[in-house]
Amino acid sequence: MKIHEYQAKELMKARGIAVPEGQVARTVEEAVAAVRPLVEGSGNPVVVLKSQIHAGGRGKGRFKEHPEVAGVSVITDGIRGGVRATEERVRELAKLMLGSTLETVQTGPEGKQVNRLYLEAGVDIERELYVSVVLDRETGRNVMIASTEGGVEIEEVAEHTPEKILREPIDPLTGLANFQAARLAHGLGLTGDALKNGVRFLKALAQTAEELDADLLEINPLVVTKQGQVMALDGKMSFDNNALFRHKNITEMRDPSEEDPAEIEAGNFGLSFIKLDGTIGCLVNGAGLAMATMDIIKHEGGEPANFLDVGGGATTENVTAAFKIITKDPNVRGIFVNIFGGIMKCDTIANGVVEAVQQVGLEVPLVVRLEGTNVDLGKQIISGAGIPGVVSADDMRDGAQKIVELAR
Amino acid sequence: MSILVNTDTKLLVQGVGNFGRFHADRSVAYGTNLVGAVHPSRAGQTEIFEGETDHSGVPGRPDTYHVEAPIFYTVREAVEATGANATVIFVPGPFAGDAIMEAADAEIPLIICITEGIAIMDMVRVKRYLAGKPTRLIGPNCPGVITPHECRIGIMPGYIHKAGRVGVVSRSGTLTYEAVHQLTQNGLGQTTAVGIGGDPVNGTNFVDVLKMFNDDPATEGVVMIGEIGGTAEEEAAAWIKANMKKPVAGFIAGTTAPPGKRMGHAGAIISGGKGTAADKMAALTDAGVVIAPTPTDMGAAMMEAMKKREVA
Repeated sequence: MKIHEYQAKELMKARGIAVPEGQVARTVEEAVAAVRPLVEGSGNPVVVLKSQIHAGGRGKGRFKEHPEVAGVSVITDGIRGGVRATEERVRELAKLMLGSTLETVQTGPEGKQVNRLYLEAGVDIERELYVSVVLDRETGRNVMIASTEGGVEIEEVAEHTPEKILREPIDPLTGLANFQAARLAHGLGLTGDALKNGVRFLKALAQTAEELDADLLEINPLVVTKQGQVMALDGKMSFDNNALFRHKNITEMRDPSEEDPAEIEAGNFGLSFIKLDGTIGCLVNGAGLAMATMDIIKHEGGEPANFLDVGGGATTENVTAAFKIITKDPNVRGIFVNIFGGIMKCDTIANGVVEAVQQVGLEVPLVVRLEGTNVDLGKQIISGAGIPGVVSADDMRDGAQKIVELAR
Repeated sequence: MSILVNTDTKLLVQGVGNFGRFHADRSVAYGTNLVGAVHPSRAGQTEIFEGETDHSGVPGRPDTYHVEAPIFYTVREAVEATGANATVIFVPGPFAGDAIMEAADAEIPLIICITEGIAIMDMVRVKRYLAGKPTRLIGPNCPGVITPHECRIGIMPGYIHKAGRVGVVSRSGTLTYEAVHQLTQNGLGQTTAVGIGGDPVNGTNFVDVLKMFNDDPATEGVVMIGEIGGTAEEEAAAWIKANMKKPVAGFIAGTTAPPGKRMGHAGAIISGGKGTAADKMAALTDAGVVIAPTPTDMGAAMMEAMKKREVA
C-alpha cells in the first residue's frame, strides 16, 4: 500500500526523522492559511507548494489544464514582498492545481487528479543525496542504499556510475549498527554536525522501515542544509499489505482515489486483480498459473483483459465477485476460467461460476478448464447447471485456443 | 529414492482449523504417517481422521482409514511424545512466523509452511532465526512436498502424481500441478515434487533443491518452474551450468506481465535490471536448460532435455 508524501513525512517526523515544516491543504483557503505559520515558524520566506499524488516525477510534471504550472512550485515572492505576496501567489497556484490533472512520467498520458497540496517551508540546501531502505531478496534482509547523487533517478545512477552506490545490509537482530550508519554517512562525504546528524538520521530511517513494515522507504533527495542539518526533502513510502493488520494508523492513510476501483473491489473479496488492456477475461487460481494463463492466451494470439488470482481460500461468494468484476469490463469479449485445484476445490469454483451467471447473466463466451481436487464434482456442477454458451476444455492450451477463437 | 520426505517421515500438523484439518486429512488418506497436531486452544483433545483411503497414495492399505492424532499445546511436547521428524504449518499469517520458529526451536529437521500472507519482516526475522540451525524450511506460501506413493505433505491433489524419474521444483503451486500432471501423462513420473513458495523471503531456494536432486540416484531429470521478480532463477542457472549432472527443463511464468506492477522502485537496483522473464529464460538456456514455450509443454520439454542427454 502506498501513501502520500505528506503522510510519509508525518510518520517520519513522529519517529524523530528530520523533515521540513509542512502543512497539507485540501482547499485553496487551507493552503493560503498555512503560509503565515510556516514562514514565521521556519524564518524562511520561501515556501514550496507540492501536488500530492502517489506517482513520482511531480517536479517535472505539468497540469493538463494549465501547462504553464508544474506539479511542484518553489514560491520566492516572499523574499521581497513578504508573507502577503506569498499568500497571493499560493492562492493563485492552488486554484489552478486543485482538481486539475497532473501528468508526469509515471502517471501515463491520462494523468492523475490532484486533490491535496502540501505546503512546505523552504530549506537552504547545500547538498542533495539519496537514501533508501528496500528488501534484498538474495539475502532475505533489508538493505540501506545511499548515494551522493541525489535528486536524480537512482536506476540511472546504478546503471552509469554503480561505484557511487553504497549499501549496508541490515541484520534484523541488531538493526543498522552505528558503525554501518557512520560508514554510510562518511561515504556520503558528511562532516562535522552533518555527520553526526546523518548517522542519527540513517539509524532512525532503518528502524522506521523495519518497525512500520515498509517495503520501500526512499528519500530522494536527502538534503544537507547550510546549517548542517540532514533532512528528508521528499519521502516515498509503501507498506507490506500482509503487515497492515498491526498498523491501524497506516491503514487509515489509504487514499482510494489513487487506486483502480476494480482492484479495490477485488481486494475486498481477497482477490488479487490487475486490470490489463486485452479482451479475454481470466479467472485463475494461483499467481503463477494466473501469469502463465495470460502468457498462453497471448501465445495463442489473444490478449488478456486482466490478471486474476482467486487465491487459495476463496469461497463461492468470492468466485462470484471475481466473475462480476471481470464481466464489468466492457472490453471483455470472452472469459477463460482456468483452475488446477489444490487448496481450491473445483466444486467451489464451479458453484461460484454458476451462481454468478445466474445473478448477472452471461453475454460472452465462457471456457472452463477444471483439474485437481474434486474435479469430477466441479464438472458435474457446471454441466448440470445447463448454462448456454459454456465450453469445457481438456487442458490449458485447449482452453486458450478455444477462448481466443470464440472471442474473435 | 527421493528427497526430503518418504515412508519414514513422521508428520506433525501445526494448526488444525478448517483449512489445516482438510489437508491434513487428505494427507492421512494418502498414507502419510501423521503422528500428532499442535493447536494450543485444543490441547489435550484428539483429532480424528477417518474416511475412504486414497489409493493413489501409499499402496497396500485397507479401503478405509482411522487415525487418532493427539493434540498438543507446544511443538516441543509433540516432538517428545511422538518422535515427529517433520511438521506442516497451516497457522494464519500473523502467527505463522512464530510457529516456524517454535518448530525450529523444537529441532524438527523439516518444516513445511503452507501459509500465505506472512509479513515480509516476519520472514526476515524467521530466516535470521533459522541461520545456523539444522532445520530446513520449505515455503512459506507453497503447496508443500510430495514423494508419490510414499508421503504427501501440503495441499497438492495427490492423485495426479505417479512415482517415477523426474524431480520437480517450483515457485508456483498450481504450475507445479501442471508439470506433475504432464509428467504423469507422458510416463516419466516424479521422484519428489517440491514447492519452494512464491514469497520474496523463503527458507529453501532453487539451488538448494537442485543440489538434492543432483545427489539423488533415482532422479534422472529436473523440471524447474520459475516466475518474474528477483534473481533466484539466474542464480539457479549459474549453479546448473557449473554443477548439474542431470538434464533440466524449465518454464518461466510472466512473459506478458506488465512491468512496474508490484516491483518496487528502488528494488530495481538490487536486481541490477534483472528479473524479467526474458532475462531468466536467457540465463537458463545458456546453462543448457530446455525451456518450455508454454506451460502445457513442460512435460515435453523434460522429455526433450532427457533425450538430448540420452537418458530417456
